[in-house]
Amino acid sequence: MHIGHDHPHAHGEPPAGLDPHAPQRDHDDTLTYFRKLEIAVRELLIEKGVLTADEVRRTVENYDSRTPEGGARVVARAWVDPAFKALLMRDATAACESLGFDMNVFDVTLTVVENTPDTHNVVVCTLCSCYPRMLLGMPPAWYKSRAYRSRLVRDPRAVLREFGTVIDDAVAVRVHDSTADLRYLVLPMRPAGSDGLSEPELAALVTRDSMVGVTVLSPVQR
Amino acid sequence: MSAFAAGDRVAVLDVDVPGHIRTPTYVRGRRGVIEREVGRFRNPEELAYGRSGEPRRMLYRVRFAQRELWADYAGTAHDTIDVDLYEHWLRKL
Repeated sequence: MHIGHDHPHAHGEPPAGLDPHAPQRDHDDTLTYFRKLEIAVRELLIEKGVLTADEVRRTVENYDSRTPEGGARVVARAWVDPAFKALLMRDATAACESLGFDMNVFDVTLTVVENTPDTHNVVVCTLCSCYPRMLLGMPPAWYKSRAYRSRLVRDPRAVLREFGTVIDDAVAVRVHDSTADLRYLVLPMRPAGSDGLSEPELAALVTRDSMVGVTVLSPVQR
Repeated sequence: MSAFAAGDRVAVLDVDVPGHIRTPTYVRGRRGVIEREVGRFRNPEELAYGRSGEPRRMLYRVRFAQRELWADYAGTAHDTIDVDLYEHWLRKL
């Protein structure tokens, strides 16, 4: 019945009805208050014809399709193309659309803030979890945590040190609290030793956390 | 057309009102400088209750010195925080 399954059974006693060989545990046991609320509201909106199930599915798939590779492409282009960078700083939405990103589903204004030898930028949303999802996908759990949201505005240098990022006192730390209709992406400094790399090679150097501003990019070892 | 321009010194209103407020309490009553005018957006304090959010409100980025916000701030004097604030929460200094 189980191909290659010749080890003695030592999985413990699964609760009745649970498949001990499932790749991961089912989540049917966590129908929490907010899950029920989401299902109820979604079904009502569909029944009333406010939106269709297909629109919900397409929107979820659109969000799920975004990953930090999108932001990395934008950063690498800004490093190699001064005209693109100028547009990115002035109108980030238009700049990203010129690279083929569909920015329409996100009714917010993307804003890029640039790290320089004098200024280090870092992003937080103290009120909730606003994040440049169109370029980075869904935010990591720590970004949404109460500890990060409350401590980054109060003692940013200490929080950055916990990420392994030590910012010299000569460099200003500039925190951005996305409280309203703006979403912030940090343009990290191009790392030392990256001269001569192609645009895709540069994009591969750019990490998610460097675009939130909690880390800086390491010099390239060659 | 808009009440403030980049470089203007402003203070955030120090009021406590119920509802869906996007002005964090840690900047209320504090002084900052308009970093830029962003544009007009539907008012989230109205949108949150199913209303139209019209008329749109001008949104600004306001820059605060960290030491203006926290008397015992541990970083340096040139550290700042930018917060997105609507015009009706600001007054000119």
